[in-house]
Amino acid sequence: MSKTKSSLDGQSRGYKIFVIIVLALLAVFFIFPLYWILTGSLKDAITINAQKPQWFPLTPTLDNYVRLFKQPAVQWLLNTIIIAVAAMALTCITAALAGYALAKKRFYGQKILFSLLVCAMALPKQVIVIPLLQEMSALGLNNNLLAVILPTVGWPFGIFLMKQFSETIPTEMLEAARIDGASEVRTFVSIVFPMVKPGVGALAIFTFVNTWNDYFLQLIMLQKREVLTISTGIARLQGEVSSDFGLIMAGAALAAVPIVAVFLMFQKYFTQGITMGAVKG
Amino acid sequence: MKKAISRRDFLKVTGVVGAAGLLAACGGNSSSSTAASTAAGSTAPAGDGSVEISLWTYPIGSWGGTESKLDDIIAAFNKVHPEIKVTYETLDYQNGDNLVTSAITAKETPDIIMEGPERLVSNWGANNLMVDLSDLWADTEDDIAAVSESVVSACQLNGAYYEYPLCMTTHCMAINYDVFEKAGALQYLDEATRTWTTDDFVKAMETIRDSGLAAVPGIIYCGGQGGDQGTRALVNNLYSGTYTNADHTEYTANSAENVKALELLKSMVDNRSLNANAGFQASDELQQFANGTAAVTFCWNASNKAQYASQVTFTPYAMAFPSDDGVPELCGGIWGFGVFNNGDDARIEAAKTFIQFVCDDASQAAESVRLTGFFPVRDSLGDVYDGTDQAEQMGEFASLMPYLGDYYNVAPNWTAQRQNWFNMLQEIMVNGTPAQEAADAFVAASNP
Amino acid sequence: MAQTSVKDQKAGGAPQTHSSSRVLARRETISAYLFMLPSLLFFVGFVLVPMGMCLVYSFLDMGIDTSAAAFNGLNNYIEMFQDKTFIRSLWNTVLIVIVSVPVVTAFSLWVGSAIYPMRSKLRSFFRCVFYLPVVTGSVAVTVVWKWMFNPYNGLLNQIFGTVGFDWLGDTRTAIWCIIMILFTTSIGQPIVLYVAALGNVDRSLEEAAAIDGATKFQIFWKIKWAQIMPTTLYVLVITTINSFQCFALIQLLTRGGPLGSTSTLMYYIFDMAYNYQRFGYANAMGVVLAIFIAIFSAIQFKVAQSDNG
Repeated sequence: MSKTKSSLDGQSRGYKIFVIIVLALLAVFFIFPLYWILTGSLKDAITINAQKPQWFPLTPTLDNYVRLFKQPAVQWLLNTIIIAVAAMALTCITAALAGYALAKKRFYGQKILFSLLVCAMALPKQVIVIPLLQEMSALGLNNNLLAVILPTVGWPFGIFLMKQFSETIPTEMLEAARIDGASEVRTFVSIVFPMVKPGVGALAIFTFVNTWNDYFLQLIMLQKREVLTISTGIARLQGEVSSDFGLIMAGAALAAVPIVAVFLMFQKYFTQGITMGAVKG
Repeated sequence: MKKAISRRDFLKVTGVVGAAGLLAACGGNSSSSTAASTAAGSTAPAGDGSVEISLWTYPIGSWGGTESKLDDIIAAFNKVHPEIKVTYETLDYQNGDNLVTSAITAKETPDIIMEGPERLVSNWGANNLMVDLSDLWADTEDDIAAVSESVVSACQLNGAYYEYPLCMTTHCMAINYDVFEKAGALQYLDEATRTWTTDDFVKAMETIRDSGLAAVPGIIYCGGQGGDQGTRALVNNLYSGTYTNADHTEYTANSAENVKALELLKSMVDNRSLNANAGFQASDELQQFANGTAAVTFCWNASNKAQYASQVTFTPYAMAFPSDDGVPELCGGIWGFGVFNNGDDARIEAAKTFIQFVCDDASQAAESVRLTGFFPVRDSLGDVYDGTDQAEQMGEFASLMPYLGDYYNVAPNWTAQRQNWFNMLQEIMVNGTPAQEAADAFVAASNP
Repeated sequence: MAQTSVKDQKAGGAPQTHSSSRVLARRETISAYLFMLPSLLFFVGFVLVPMGMCLVYSFLDMGIDTSAAAFNGLNNYIEMFQDKTFIRSLWNTVLIVIVSVPVVTAFSLWVGSAIYPMRSKLRSFFRCVFYLPVVTGSVAVTVVWKWMFNPYNGLLNQIFGTVGFDWLGDTRTAIWCIIMILFTTSIGQPIVLYVAALGNVDRSLEEAAAIDGATKFQIFWKIKWAQIMPTTLYVLVITTINSFQCFALIQLLTRGGPLGSTSTLMYYIFDMAYNYQRFGYANAMGVVLAIFIAIFSAIQFKVAQSDNG
């Protein structure tokens, strides 16, 4: 098997070396920003603004972090986690239910509803920002993390993804369950959900990463320093100190390190989750 | 029967989902409210039957920024008025306006906001969002007018006062004294009066360029509205142009004097005695000045000097903007307080009480001004820096105060006009559009 | 989707009598909507309702004093097509999508097929590396690039010896800087997807084709490409969405400048609402953008469907 594999995929030696060199260069290019964040956060103001780059901080200092933690940076991190986890959980639950109904049920208004969802899938939040802001204030959610969570859950991409997954459920199984007298809820819990679990995993990771990286909604909805997220927190720092790159890099490091660490630890699940989504979607 | 059961089950499921939502809601709520309460706890003890008001400040000395002294100010206020609880939020010039716009749209504006007339009067006041503060002015108008009539006129619009001012300054520029000295460029400036002529400025910048002592002689920043008073003053002063007409009703950036000035700057950019950076705002340029990369900055005042004091390794020397006749007209900065009209009389009254305390109370007013790092707008306060360790460094800026020019920041369309201004500079400096054409376009877009 | 529904109808409805089928259909409709209720609450509440308000506002002349809004007819829409920055932003939006979507897709497919045959340790190393910018976070990535692009203390100019050159302030380079950073944050997920998809390609088909004397190129196009098609479609969809959502990059790096050369419609709408404080006009542009994107998504979906079938 392995032999066939190599004979099929085998390329000329020259090409292989070329590929390795290109990939290695790209790897440096992709790792470098993170490296530059981490080392930059340890440099003092003079080194960081020097005319010649210092590739490695020769006189590392924690001063930038000391200044960073004068801000409620831990609270920012916590807020980001709350938003990302809540948006992820709510999206997965609601999208799994709706995706199943859209894929496996025949009902009035189905076509128009689905078209609406598809059309709204790539809709940028900038379009509805002013009404959304007014709506949130009418609901009394100004400066509340929910003002970020709720519109994120409303985004129909999850429904679309879960519908694609639910189509793979054999209709016969649902029929069989119905004949056995299983209620709709039981059918969903014991048959549908286990079958679309990989899709839920994919959606969970996708939503979590997207919400973590989101910036716009947080920028608009959250103004008070205590309810900021790590993204808006860094942006606020940048506005305040502009080119104080040491402090900004410390903030960036705080934003990046936890999630990079989680990613490296659970790398397998991350890639598996996404993978399953891909193959079937 | 089966149908009924299943429907009930659905209700259960939706109930669970709803509960999950609620749970998340509570999570979100509680976390933010605890955060808010801890913040409030650190600011002031709540009085009994108290009113709670909020104060948002832009970075005006220690009244804002990352290391503000607002806790001390509020503590001093609460000694006299324990019944009014004050929470605060510090804004910056890059995101601050966006946050306020969000707050206005969400009808969640702060009670008090601290900034200058170009926002308080020309923008929010003109949009009927502010409370008329005439009653605060009643006793102090003469005192303020004695310092400067233009402060009085800048704070009002159509007879309503939307700002109650605390302090003022003149915006100036600064040079890297050490570099100028080594390059032999000090001969081009008048150290006694801190002024220079346009010709001398050009020669000085060319000398700096040829000396190679700084990576770039100076930077015309035009990447955003931050610190645009610097570029405005530079352009207006070079050939004594004006920014608006005398009534502040129309922009005059396309006058012959201003176009000539813009052409001069463009030629300096072309011969590399200046650089133009369309990706820079004033704060970026200031950082380069503080690093020693740029030999001059066009955005200087006492507050900026204090902010970068720990980073500079040379002597920053404050200068007026160069002018053809050697008589500069500097832009003034006026800072004070405005009250957003939120319809709650108790909070509006409390807000006024706070403002009156920090601006007029005999025990607090001088300290309030000192915390801004600028100069008082009340004649009766005299020299607030006399006898303090800030006295020496404030003297440097006090000597520039006589050059205070017209306060034109109350012209119409002020907010949109700031966007057009830096775009015009980009057109000329980066794109090479003829100065007259770009300036005409600016005026056409900005005039009402 | 259309296929399944037809099948469902045949399986469920056809053998029944007329009236009972109507009862069944109603029951099915009720249960379907109950399943969708939670989702629809969010979707209607936080997408459709604001969109409706957006449409109403687009006919108003409205600033931050919303109480002073006045009816403005179609003027906002007319102004839009005479607004140079709007046209520029529209073009930039299209440019970003038409450059980044194919490049990201092709490049991630190449990387995917290059690292797929490697030893598993090496493979997962590369997979991780390319995924790093995704998990680093867009704002963190943006601020470090802002520093590297700095004309005076930035690494790029120090390396190239071009101190003073303003990468983000030059109308020729700024948009490409944005596209380049967007590229680094976009390819992580597609690569992971492609590596997985290639692992699922049916090897026996390839072997058979190889025995029949097919060239490597033919094997790739005729067999592999066909089998990874669903993945490609998914990649196209998420890359398009990513490209449309790119905002932090622009707001934090260039604020749409210089001279609108990096302004996208998304940024310009924000700029109009927040910096020019013209809510009516911003909402009118929002309506146009929404229509534009809806059509784009519908076409993409239609194409995807017909290819799938």
